Amino acid sequence: MTLYIYYKLRNSKIEFTKYTTLKATTLFDKVWDAHVVEHVEGGPDIVYIDKHLIHEVTSPQAFSGLEARGLKVFRPERTIATPDHNVPTVNQHLPISDEQSRTQVETLKANCEKNKIEMYGLNHPNNGIVHVVGPEQGHTQPGMTMVCGDSHTSTHGAFGAVAFGIGTSEVEMVFATQCIMQSKPMKMRITVDGELSKGVSAKDLTLYVIAQLGTGGATGYFVEYAGSAVRSLTMEGRMTVCNMSIEMGARGGMIAPDETTFEYMKGRTHAPKGEAWEEKLAYWKTLKSDDGAEFDKEYSFKAEDIEPMITYGTNPGMGMGITQSIPAEADIPVSELPSIKQSLAYMDYQLGSQILGKKVDYVFLGSCTNGRIEDIRAFASLVKGHKKVDAITAWIVPGSKKVEKQAIEEGLVEVLEASGFELRQPGCSACLAMNEDKVPAGKYSVSTSNRNFEGRQGPGSRTLLASPLTAAAAAITGVVTDPRDFL
Amino acid sequence: MSVDKFTLLKTSCVPLPNENVDTDQIIPARFLKATSREGFGENLFRDWRFSSSGEPIKDFVLNQAEYSGKVLVAGKNFGSGSSREHAAWAIHDYGFKVVVSSFFADIFRNNALNNGVLPIQVSADFLSSLFNAIEKDNAQKVIVDLEKQELTYNNESCSFEINPYKKDCLLNGFDDIDYLINKKEKIQDFEK
Repeated sequence: MTLYIYYKLRNSKIEFTKYTTLKATTLFDKVWDAHVVEHVEGGPDIVYIDKHLIHEVTSPQAFSGLEARGLKVFRPERTIATPDHNVPTVNQHLPISDEQSRTQVETLKANCEKNKIEMYGLNHPNNGIVHVVGPEQGHTQPGMTMVCGDSHTSTHGAFGAVAFGIGTSEVEMVFATQCIMQSKPMKMRITVDGELSKGVSAKDLTLYVIAQLGTGGATGYFVEYAGSAVRSLTMEGRMTVCNMSIEMGARGGMIAPDETTFEYMKGRTHAPKGEAWEEKLAYWKTLKSDDGAEFDKEYSFKAEDIEPMITYGTNPGMGMGITQSIPAEADIPVSELPSIKQSLAYMDYQLGSQILGKKVDYVFLGSCTNGRIEDIRAFASLVKGHKKVDAITAWIVPGSKKVEKQAIEEGLVEVLEASGFELRQPGCSACLAMNEDKVPAGKYSVSTSNRNFEGRQGPGSRTLLASPLTAAAAAITGVVTDPRDFL
Repeated sequence: MSVDKFTLLKTSCVPLPNENVDTDQIIPARFLKATSREGFGENLFRDWRFSSSGEPIKDFVLNQAEYSGKVLVAGKNFGSGSSREHAAWAIHDYGFKVVVSSFFADIFRNNALNNGVLPIQVSADFLSSLFNAIEKDNAQKVIVDLEKQELTYNNESCSFEINPYKKDCLLNGFDDIDYLINKKEKIQDFEK
C-alpha cells in the first residue's frame, strides 16, 4: 500500500489532501480526479475548469445564451480571450473588410468588456492563436483543467494539463458555472522510445502515430505520451504532438511535466513567481503516472522507424513516410477500399503511386500545430540560400504577435525575404481558411497545419500535411521533396 | 437554451454511407461567421450538396426527393475533426432528430446531445443491414424509442446505450446548464 499526497490548489491557497490508495494512478487520473466537483449517478462528472480560453467563432452564441438565461460569467478572471480564427493576416491595423468577420471580432470585444474578461485583441502585443498564446503567456500550467471551444485545445496537454476542446453549449456551461459535465474518458498510453533521425520532427512523430492508429483510433480515450523520444522533445515539439491528439479521435493528449517544462515556464508573465513558484513546482513534480499505473490501451513505437511524413488522403490518418508509395489496392482491406478510393479521387492521386515529385502549388507554414518560433526557424534554416519557386504561393503565418516579433529580432524575416518569402501577421489563416487565405479548388497545398479534410483550406483545395522542413523543401522545389535532401 | 423533449419517433431515413464524415463536411468553416445559432441547416453538407456555382448536386442524397425523414444514417466515425457545435446546429436545423452510425467522434456526440439530437451507436452489422433495407425501400421506416433505448425497423431491433442522466435530459428537455446551476453551492464549496 502506498501513500499518495495530493495538493489541491484553489485561488492560490494550497491545501494538502492526504489519502491512501491501493492503486497506482495515471497522470490523467491525478489531474481529472482533483477537479471532480461531483459524480452524477449514472452520468458524467461535474468537472471544475481552471482556465477557459475563448475566441470569436465559438463564443458569441454562448454569450447570448447566457444572457437569455439572465446569467453573468461566473468567474471572468479564469477566462482569456483572443480573436484568431477569422482575422486577416495582412493589414491588421485596418478595419476588417469582411463584414461578418468584423462583426464576429467586434462581438467578442463587446462581450469581453461587458463580462470583464481579459482580451488580447488584434494588434495587442499578446494577440495570436489561442493555443500559442496560452502557453507563451504562462496561462497554461501543469495540473490544470483547461477547455476552449476548439478541438486543438489538446495542445496545452504538453504541460501536463488536462485540456480538451468543447462545443459552444459547453462554453456557455463554463461561463455560467466554471464547470462542465463530462464523462471520464478511458486512458491510453503511447510510448515512443529511441532517437528521432535527422530531418524528423515532432510533427512527423505525431503524423506517424496517427497513421498507425487511424483517424478514429483513439476515440473515447485521453492519451498520455511517454518514452525517451517524447521526453527529448522541446516544449514546442511536445505542443505539436499533443495538438494533433484529436486527429486520431482522442479527447486530449498529455505529457508529464519535467525540467524541460519548468524551464520553459519560469518567468512567463502569468506563471507563478517567488514562493508561489516553489510551492507549485513541488506539486507539479508529483504529476506523473505511477509505476504500474494501468491504462485501458497501450501502444509502443520506435523513433528510428519514423521518417519525414506526409499525408496523401483526406483525413490525417492517411499518412506515410515521404519515400513510400500510396497503398496499392491489394494492401487495403476490402471494407476500407471505397472510402480510400473516394479520398484519392478527390486528391486526384492513384493507388500505389509515389508521392515524391508530385506537384505543389501552395505552401502554408503556421497554425496552432506549427506556427511557433522553432517552426519558423526550421523553415528558414532549410530555405536559406535557396529561392522560392515562382509558381508557389507561400503563406508564412506566425502563431502570435510574440512569435512575429521574435522572428524579426532573430533575423529570420531577412532570411525568408532573401529567399522570396514574406512573414504575414498572426492568425489561424489557411489552416481552416475562414479568412481570405484560401487555397483554390484543385490546387495542392503542403501545409504544416493539422487537417487535410476535403475543402479544409478552401472549397476544392487539396492538402498534404507535413512538417515545417518538408513544407520548406516543397516551397523551393515546387514538388513534394524529401527535406533530408537539403540537410 | 433548453432543448426540445425527445418523443417516440417513427420516420423514414436519409442514408449517407460515407465513413469518417468530419465536421468540415457537415458545415464548412466559411459558414461559421454567424453570431446566432439559427439557419445553419441550409448549408448542411454544403460542398457535397451544391456545386461551386450553387447548383444542387443531383447525386447527393439530400438532393434526392425519394429520401427524407428525421433520421440520418451515416457511415462509421461520424463527426470527427473540429469541435464546432455548428455541425450539430446544422443537423438539427435541417430537421434531423437522430443520427445512426456504428461509431461517433466524442465531441460531436456531446454537441448533438446538447442540442436534442440523439446519436445512436449500432453494430457494424446492424448498420449495414439498415443501409440495405433503405436501399431496397427508400421509404423504409424506423422507430426510435428512447424510453426503451430501442431502434427498430421491420422486424429488426437493436438496443442502444445512453447514460441515464442524458436520457433523462432528452426525455424532459433539460440541459446541463439547468443542472449545473442547481449545483452552484457545491461548486463554490469546491473552490474554497
